[in-house]
Amino acid sequence: MRKALGLFAFLAFVLFLFAAAISLRPFGEPPHAEMDSYFIEHAQEEASANNVVTSVVFDYRGFDTLGEATVLFTAVSGVLMALRHYGGKEK
Amino acid sequence: MTTTIIKTTTRLLAPLILVFGSYIILHGHLTPGGGFQGGAVFASGLILLIVANVRDKVQELFEKTPLTQLESLGALGFLGIGLLGLMSYTFLKNAIANSGFLFGGTTPQGINPGYLNTGGTLSYLNIFVGTKVLAGLTSIILIFFLILRRERDEW
Repeated sequence: MRKALGLFAFLAFVLFLFAAAISLRPFGEPPHAEMDSYFIEHAQEEASANNVVTSVVFDYRGFDTLGEATVLFTAVSGVLMALRHYGGKEK
Repeated sequence: MTTTIIKTTTRLLAPLILVFGSYIILHGHLTPGGGFQGGAVFASGLILLIVANVRDKVQELFEKTPLTQLESLGALGFLGIGLLGLMSYTFLKNAIANSGFLFGGTTPQGINPGYLNTGGTLSYLNIFVGTKVLAGLTSIILIFFLILRRERDEW
């Protein structure tokens, strides 16, 4: 009984995956591309950078990068605070 | 792990890795990469220097190096550049782009070879984030190294 149920669930999941793969959009045509087009067309003029990825990461979404940097800062200060006493001079 | 092979390899490779990391940080607005990636590469060069030396040498070498100060400098610099954008429009607005200041050159539209003197705040943020990442990763590995090498010097 359990095996039959598992097989049924597996087959249903495989069918679902096939249906999803068939109804996938063609490669390279995302549904909402307005923002991408805006970044690609205006990044050189607004952010004055050839690398559009960097202009997104550091300019258009700079606040997100600030958060990432804060995560790293917190991790480093946590490790140093916890282990500072062990790493010092030998007694 | 301070064998002759590792020492010789480090002597040859560490300068190249450090130069490559600085290149990735400085050219973050032109080529793939940026502050995080370049900082990680630079930190890996410093880590190679750490693991290829004995404990006393490392402690002597890094005692005067202000790693935690560099980390804080990176964070404060990022915030400072962000507040600089606040003067003109919003937080983290690219205020230096196209202004003629250092890194404030104008990028020609379309395909171009890429000029280092462009990017505005992007270049400054790349440099600050790179400083922060290299100092942070290096200090983490340094403290683990100092703890692990406390008992026995030669592994």
